[in-house]
Amino acid sequence: MYCLVRGGALVWRFWVSEGFWPPAEVFSKGGNGGCGLVRRGHWPRLGPCLFVMNKPLLRVSEVACARGGLTVLEGISFDVHAGTALILRGPNGSGKTTLLRTLAGLQTAVAGEVSVADETIAYAGHADGLKGTLTVAENLSFWASLFGFGAITPALGAFELSGLSDRAAQSLSAGQKRRLGLARMLVTGRPVWLLDEPTVSLDVSAVALFGEAVKRHLAGGGVAVIATHIDLGIEAEVLDLSAFRAVAPRGGAFDEAFI
Amino acid sequence: MKGLLQRDLRLAIRAGGGFGLALAFFLIVVILVPFGVGPSADVLAPIAPGVLWLGALLACLLSLDRIFATDYEDGSLEFLATAPVPLEGVVAVKALAHWLTTGLPLTLAAPVFGVFLNLPSGGYGWLVASLALGTPALSMIGAFGAALTVGLKRGGLLLSLLVLPLYIPTLIFGADTVRRGVDGLEAGTSLILMTGITLGTLALLPFAGAAALRVNLR
Repeated sequence: MYCLVRGGALVWRFWVSEGFWPPAEVFSKGGNGGCGLVRRGHWPRLGPCLFVMNKPLLRVSEVACARGGLTVLEGISFDVHAGTALILRGPNGSGKTTLLRTLAGLQTAVAGEVSVADETIAYAGHADGLKGTLTVAENLSFWASLFGFGAITPALGAFELSGLSDRAAQSLSAGQKRRLGLARMLVTGRPVWLLDEPTVSLDVSAVALFGEAVKRHLAGGGVAVIATHIDLGIEAEVLDLSAFRAVAPRGGAFDEAFI
Repeated sequence: MKGLLQRDLRLAIRAGGGFGLALAFFLIVVILVPFGVGPSADVLAPIAPGVLWLGALLACLLSLDRIFATDYEDGSLEFLATAPVPLEGVVAVKALAHWLTTGLPLTLAAPVFGVFLNLPSGGYGWLVASLALGTPALSMIGAFGAALTVGLKRGGLLLSLLVLPLYIPTLIFGADTVRRGVDGLEAGTSLILMTGITLGTLALLPFAGAAALRVNLR
């Protein structure tokens, strides 16, 4: 389905066949009414307008993924539409990290297909990617410049790091480091967040800050796939990975045999 | 890309970054050689070009495993791999940062160290020219080796074993350039051959390094 939007107001909904328009540019700055894929266009009687396509930002079909040469998950299928989140649950070793790394393109799926545009993904793993000798602001502005995103002040503010911006990252506490690692997601400006255990070492108020950040991200048309065990206060679909455990673990991609 | 270069240079210069370590190592090697072979000018002068090149090469090797290992350990490499910059560019920029913090200071300091080894006067120009054109290859080959060994525990030793044989052509032509310069022979040919090797590594190895990183991140 496509929606025609002008000045933030929905003008018209219509359906056209798949492939009528090529994949649209990704409109990731938010504020586009909960839809992620947008095409700027021109309509004869309306002037400049946006064509919003209500396609899933992330589609996973019959994916199997392997870790250490063994297939751990198989038969996973889901769609994540703009403005929604998906929570991954499952016991330790059930493959949450493996699935997220597969979605991020860091490893290839053994079977099935992951449909997501590479340039829409921001992945945060267990490590925060911080350099201890750089200050908080330097760490964050590096990632902001790499992703072509200007200001770091809103990201610092969102995780209450403004007062710490001149401190060296190595002098932060574990929870503060984690908050800085999460603030990194905000400066990517990317719509698809893949978060692996984001709340580790966060206190209750920091978890609430994170929940707020995710809600704002979703309201701006982004999506989030989060592997977590605690309640973030976000309305989201829950996917329990223990249901997709590979029946008989078998060898993965052949090149892993040499490692 | 500019941001990545700035960050790597900043990290190298800050405490614990290892800037100056290569230079100090080079200095120690050059000072140790006269203790080993004797201080006689007749002994030192003929071996000076080879010793200077070998010292520079070993000093370059010292900081290679830091090129990707620290980024791998703290998770930055995974984030870099999903960032809107090609991984080939990341490898090239990191090799450039390594050269700016080791190869370039070594090149600039080499004439001073040449005096310690009694390098004859005809060799200084050729020494600086050969190091300036040869050390980029050392950094680029090293970055490739570092990409190959990035996920391994104790990868540093394996890295040396992998990289040192690849340094042989550069070492041969680099030292030969200086030796020929000292003897007053035509040194340009060796220099040109060595520059060819450098250009070849700069053209090909970013792609090989990026491929190795992709495999190691899997």
